[in-house]
Amino acid sequence: MALTGIQIFKLLPKTNCKECGVPTCLAFAMNLASGKAELDSCPYVSDEAREQLAEASAPPILPVELGNGVRKAAVGGETVLCRHEKTFFNATVFAAAVGSDIADADLETKLRTWNAFQYERVGLNLRPEMVAVKDVSGDKDAFAKVAKTIAETSEFNVILMTENVDVMKAGVEACGFKNPLMCAATADTIDEMGAIAKEKDLPIVVKADSPEALEPLTDKLVALGHKKVILDAGSRDVKQALEDQVAMRRSALKNGNRKLGFPTITFPCEMASSLEMETLIAGMFVAKYGSIVVLSDFTGESIFPLLLERLNIFTDPQRPMTVTEGLYPINNPDENSPILVTTNFALTYFIVSGEIEGSKVPTWLLIKDSEGLSVLTAWAAGKFSGDDVGMFVKKCGIMDKCKSTELIIPGYAAAIAGDVEEELPGWKITVGPREAAHIPAFLKSKIA
Amino acid sequence: MAFEFYKESYSGAVKEVSLGKGDNAVTVGGETCYPFYQFEGEMPHKPKIAMEVWDMKPDEWAEAVLKPFEDVLDDPAAWAKRCVDEYGADMIALELRSTDPNDKDASPEEAAATVKKVLAAINVPLIIWGTASPQKDEEVLKKIAEECQGENLILGPVEDSNHKGIGAAAMGFGHTVISSSPIDVNLAKQVNILLENLGMPMERVIVDPTTGGLGYGMEYSYSVMERLRMAAMAQGDDKLQFPMINNLGFEVWKSKETKLKADEAPTLGDPERRGILMESVGAVSYLMAGSDVLIMRHPEAVRMTKAFIDLGLS
Ligand code: B12
Ligand code: SF4
Repeated sequence: MALTGIQIFKLLPKTNCKECGVPTCLAFAMNLASGKAELDSCPYVSDEAREQLAEASAPPILPVELGNGVRKAAVGGETVLCRHEKTFFNATVFAAAVGSDIADADLETKLRTWNAFQYERVGLNLRPEMVAVKDVSGDKDAFAKVAKTIAETSEFNVILMTENVDVMKAGVEACGFKNPLMCAATADTIDEMGAIAKEKDLPIVVKADSPEALEPLTDKLVALGHKKVILDAGSRDVKQALEDQVAMRRSALKNGNRKLGFPTITFPCEMASSLEMETLIAGMFVAKYGSIVVLSDFTGESIFPLLLERLNIFTDPQRPMTVTEGLYPINNPDENSPILVTTNFALTYFIVSGEIEGSKVPTWLLIKDSEGLSVLTAWAAGKFSGDDVGMFVKKCGIMDKCKSTELIIPGYAAAIAGDVEEELPGWKITVGPREAAHIPAFLKSKIA
Repeated sequence: MAFEFYKESYSGAVKEVSLGKGDNAVTVGGETCYPFYQFEGEMPHKPKIAMEVWDMKPDEWAEAVLKPFEDVLDDPAAWAKRCVDEYGADMIALELRSTDPNDKDASPEEAAATVKKVLAAINVPLIIWGTASPQKDEEVLKKIAEECQGENLILGPVEDSNHKGIGAAAMGFGHTVISSSPIDVNLAKQVNILLENLGMPMERVIVDPTTGGLGYGMEYSYSVMERLRMAAMAQGDDKLQFPMINNLGFEVWKSKETKLKADEAPTLGDPERRGILMESVGAVSYLMAGSDVLIMRHPEAVRMTKAFIDLGLS
């Protein structure tokens, strides 16, 4: 929890030497507390005070990095209970599980299939990040082999799921280079598991049967100087698991409890008997505080909805995603190609441009700045009015590139047609379809 | 500092609202805690699922949602009955698509006749959803209110511009209204206040915060619902203590991804189950944000969402 000015003041030299630029240590402390000063401006803080201050200013839930390479991801680092209070920072990571007894060919097929689940949306690549190897027989060679195959032949990062220390060692040996997540240390194994995690500097899950029972485990790791910790409060019951997630998040944020100030891991794969129900339960954890969600499998139809939900929940609510206003040529348009106009909301742009691209019809797409609002929203808010759109068409430069004088407006903006026409004498204003999905057929009929 | 479960102390609760009449009535709302947070309060009534029925044959639905109803798409009463008898719908939401002034523009009389047929076929509460064309909705919903006196239908969406007409008819003829506003706490409050000033009994109002589809604006609706619940419960704002309804199926199944065939989108998996899971994951998101009534389309999504509610509230 952040320290107050007074608490910080107690850690300063109290000499009022003014070298930091303010008249007193107290004033400096107040500035530090409100984020208006940097600790380094005072040359006289002791190392001990420095450490305490750093500790106190660390985020209430520590961020932890998982894996390596292109699918490396950070989890944790959250500062609020509800996304509208600020934003959620590090999106839930999705993992699918395989048993350590999986046949080579099956593993290869799964990895290849799962690798293809990548979806372009609003300029991002949505995809799951991890594969969990579950120790099913205590056979450490089999476990290590599967871990190694995942680490070496796929982009996926690895969760090593075993409570057996020898099996864990073999797993870490096999794929340590990929910064795998050790899962999990319990009260019985915390010393040995903790030592491995510390030595190899790997993230590690601690597992107990309640949030409270996790505290002595995180204490031990922190005492070792290891803070790459993930929490598993044990419950595999939907109701209890939700309660635990809320309890842990609130404890860290509301009570400043460092012992539970770590990301969490959840296991829908152990909470339902079908992938479909797992998917719904995973949906709950995306909304409510699961940092890692382990499923029994990925299929296109199950992971895609979760990736969409995650994108929605973890979008920064204070800044709608936008694209730059301007003239966008798609499919190499020429001076006779159709001209379409829409808003600069990223989602709108990517949907519309995607449809135009798919149609293969050369087209000019004009993007008008609407402060990141969708077509109907922008229209309702007066950010996509007929006058504005008309003026924008004049100044955007399309008239130098194109002889055509027909402007196609979104179907949902039909109401602005008259005003645009007035602003653009000599132009024909055509109301296009309402849904972007109908753009390809519409464009094809235009050029036919 | 040792573990201590930080619990919210609420200064308000959600009103209980009874929908439908007599033995068919269903109660929603009544929460004394945030959605599913039973460790610090109660959710006395499980969130309910209303299944979506159209008053005309839909022409652009995905195959997955046409199939279960293919032989009844022309007959809203039979369609509604199937939803109740076979798929366990807690309520029916009749979408009056035929009245869209930009489309078929069916008359209030025609709409009222359909409503009566559907009412006669079911024994659960009936929600009547217009086309969000304020003026037309007002004409249509007033007529329906009158023709179905005393049925306690749930009429909406009611906006600031048509609250007087629909509100008065609902009051006079014994129905509940859906107070609707576009994703904004203040606007939601304003419509509720308008209805209250009109004399609408506050235990006959539920709120539609506006629903965005999964991947198509859901995050905005989600956050405004969380904020509405915080205002209602943590800040005790009695102008916002209403159950909430989301017209979810309509938004989700409109998206392109629910319509793509297997060969058009090989990495999106099975087209039927993709749509079902998009609707279900959307449902879970809205439940976590505080939805009390979800209007849904696919029977399998309804079944799974109910199963999820049972797990979460068991
Ligand atoms: C999310 C949302 C918001 C978000 C903003 C999101 C954003 N970045 O735009 C917030 C909460 C901020 C918001 C605010 C408001 N909103 Co709003 N909002 C929505 C919601 C739920 C979804 C909008 C969305 O994201 N759609 C997805 C995008 C991709 O759609 P799109 O841009 O239209 O693009 C599609 C088509 O138009 C087409 N298309 C796009 N471009 C082109 C171009 C051509 C040439 C063609 C042919 C086709 C085409 O392709 C796309 C896919 O099919 C809708 C209701 C709904 N369920 O749709 C209401 C809605 C748009 N909002 C509405 C209103 C009234 C408002 C407010 C004015 C309310 C207020 N008074 O404060 C404010 C205005 C904003 C402001 N002043 O800040 C109303 C508009 C009513 C109307 N018919 O005029 C709606 C319809 C809700 C309702 N039923 O009342 N809103
Ligand atoms: S430089 Fe350090 S010691 Fe000097 S006044 Fe500032 S805070 Fe105090």
